[in-house]
Amino acid sequence: MAVTKKSKRFEILSQRPVHKDGFIGEWKEVGLMAMGSPNDPRPSIRVEGAKVVEMDGKKRADFDMIEQFVADYCIDRAVAEEAMAKTERELAHMLVDIDVCAKEVRRLFLGLTPAKLAAVLDCLNIVEIMMAMQKMRVRQTPGNQAHITSATDNPIALACDAAEAAYRGFLEIETTVAVTRYAAFNALSLLVGGQVGRPGILSQDALEESFELQIGMKGLTAYAETVSVYGTESVFVDGDDTPWSKSFLASAYASRGLKMRFTSGTGSEVQMGAAEGKSMLYLEAKCVMITKGAGVQGLQNGSISCIGVPGAVPSGIRAVAAENLLTMILGLEVASGNDQTFSHSDLRRTARTIPQLFAGTDLIFSGYSGVPNYDNMFAGSNWDIEDVDDYLALQRDFRVDGGLRPVMEADVIAVRNKAARALQAVYDELGFPAITDEEVEAGTYANGSKDMPPRNIPEDLKASERIMKENLTAVDVIKALAKRGFKDVAEALIMMMRQHVSGDYLQTSAWIDSQGYVWSAVNDPNTYAGPGTGYRMSDERWEEIKAIPWAINPEDV
Amino acid sequence: MNEELIRKVIAEVMAEVMAGEKRAAPRTELSAPAAAVKITELEKATKGVNPKEVVLAITPGFGVHFQGTIIDVPHGEVIRQIMAGVEEEGLTCRVIRVYHTADVAFMSHYAARLSGSGIGIGVLCRGTAIIHQRDLAPLNNLELFPQSPLLDAEVFRAIGRNAAKYAKGEQPIPVATRNDPMARPRFQGLAALLHNKEMRYLDRKRPPMEVKVEFTR
Repeated sequence: MAVTKKSKRFEILSQRPVHKDGFIGEWKEVGLMAMGSPNDPRPSIRVEGAKVVEMDGKKRADFDMIEQFVADYCIDRAVAEEAMAKTERELAHMLVDIDVCAKEVRRLFLGLTPAKLAAVLDCLNIVEIMMAMQKMRVRQTPGNQAHITSATDNPIALACDAAEAAYRGFLEIETTVAVTRYAAFNALSLLVGGQVGRPGILSQDALEESFELQIGMKGLTAYAETVSVYGTESVFVDGDDTPWSKSFLASAYASRGLKMRFTSGTGSEVQMGAAEGKSMLYLEAKCVMITKGAGVQGLQNGSISCIGVPGAVPSGIRAVAAENLLTMILGLEVASGNDQTFSHSDLRRTARTIPQLFAGTDLIFSGYSGVPNYDNMFAGSNWDIEDVDDYLALQRDFRVDGGLRPVMEADVIAVRNKAARALQAVYDELGFPAITDEEVEAGTYANGSKDMPPRNIPEDLKASERIMKENLTAVDVIKALAKRGFKDVAEALIMMMRQHVSGDYLQTSAWIDSQGYVWSAVNDPNTYAGPGTGYRMSDERWEEIKAIPWAINPEDV
Repeated sequence: MNEELIRKVIAEVMAEVMAGEKRAAPRTELSAPAAAVKITELEKATKGVNPKEVVLAITPGFGVHFQGTIIDVPHGEVIRQIMAGVEEEGLTCRVIRVYHTADVAFMSHYAARLSGSGIGIGVLCRGTAIIHQRDLAPLNNLELFPQSPLLDAEVFRAIGRNAAKYAKGEQPIPVATRNDPMARPRFQGLAALLHNKEMRYLDRKRPPMEVKVEFTR
């Protein structure tokens, strides 16, 4: 073959980070297509009596279990025929029309079928999707969630990072493990550290579902979100699950005073070779409807761990924003992804976050890595703590509330130090392997687990298992904190235990402020109806966002 | 698909992976040129009685419609390394081809159930692998290797070695695998594509078949 002369320009371009990302052409037959596949069913509905007897071209007798579930528990049969009679463009108009209130949109959209919902969303361009998000998000004030994990499951680093994340403004913190047997210890670190950073922060420990329930019942976590649902029957069956079993699990969390949301996302079905030739967004519409039908308050979606799949196909990131919007339309809290490594290109990964950040969602990230990505045991997030000053700058550049606030180094050092000392006291009182003053010092000033002295892991694991075996609960932690002079932290924990009993934070899209007051879609509903309405940050909040400590103060020059 | 582009990406990743490798002196077997493999289908696979065997399950497309993993480790090399790893521990490796599933959990569990030792391995065309044991639930496992772009010849050797150790009743240290958060943006879309291609060769009604593996060079 003749050697062709190469362009220097193209050589430079081929070396750019974006060329390390995978890009794939559409393959409609298997569902490797983001939205609007010709294989998606044509929307239709027929209601007889109180029953859906035909949906999206299928007779009731031919429904699979997902279709039966959404037809019986999600679709509002009273409005279905009225809503389905409207054209997709009419319905899409309602989403962006500032003169049509969210309540009216929701009333009608709850009568739509999965195919109709997907088709309506396909009428919107990305800016229209963002406009609709701004109106349809259930809670008015946007928020954010952080991942707090450690490559070595270092308990001190976890407590310090949890405290810092809480102090920086995250409403929720989520951990998981490198080594499974550390699970209880990691929950404890987030509980203590988190409540030091800001009383009221919600924490979770993403593990196997029955463990999450047990650790929540001990009071060591406040919520769970890793209960997955899928858009095709075969994927559900492979996981030994049904929409009914997931609903049962959801009620188990709720009845024990634990906030919970489901998880789903575009790309999961095709990743498992089980998309049945349908578009990713059509299948995701079914997941959102399962969640609504199960009576769960919210959903984590936005592709989540499959982001490399929609990220590789045309219009994939638009579909990811559309699935977030779909969740909002059906009146659910959305924890909107942005939580997994997505691209080698800083430009692409920033752009991927813009729809959720600029429009605002209940939890813009689910979550933002509050630790360096090398410590991120969710396999890395789209943004990590080393990007945080960029994030603060974006909030300030666009006067947008991304849920975080600028902080002073000295204050962060203080809060990390207190978290480490509080955990040290708890370990000592409960007879866990000692946390040395050297470790407290290291945790106070660390960036990541590489800055921490090694622990005796086998001893830690034994102690971690003791939490589960000896029925130690948050009450033992509270006693230890009170005894050792951490009265304010003990009080914060008592306040959290009260929340488990009262259950107010099980309302849709709830978070708890530092006074123990619960904010949710009930008492902070989204009232957006055009310019000057909806979420407008207070003067006080704007002053806070403006004040990045590294900006030059004109008076000082 | 643009074949040339894929090849380019693969070559680049291989170069990166190799550069990141510790500079231990490679064993001669590892540095030898990749083996060409001839896979001949025999009779229907049956349950073995030899406690000194490990069963390896491959998919319908393995070495037939696909010739290498997602990072282009040749399929002949994958089988050769796994077999060599098992043999290093003094055991034998029997290979079957399953047609009814390309779910690596169920494939490897099926292999374990047919295995005289109760230990089985499953490998997908793109390289994703599991070491399984017959008494475990299908979605559980002894060792899972989910990140196919990080599995090279050496890892497949270690998988074979560890499987044999489990078969001997030992508790080996799990095979060390690298973790690369950036494997997702690079390979996840391609992995989905390959999986769907692999699924096309399934035949739900056809039973698993014993195969004879010959290496020619």
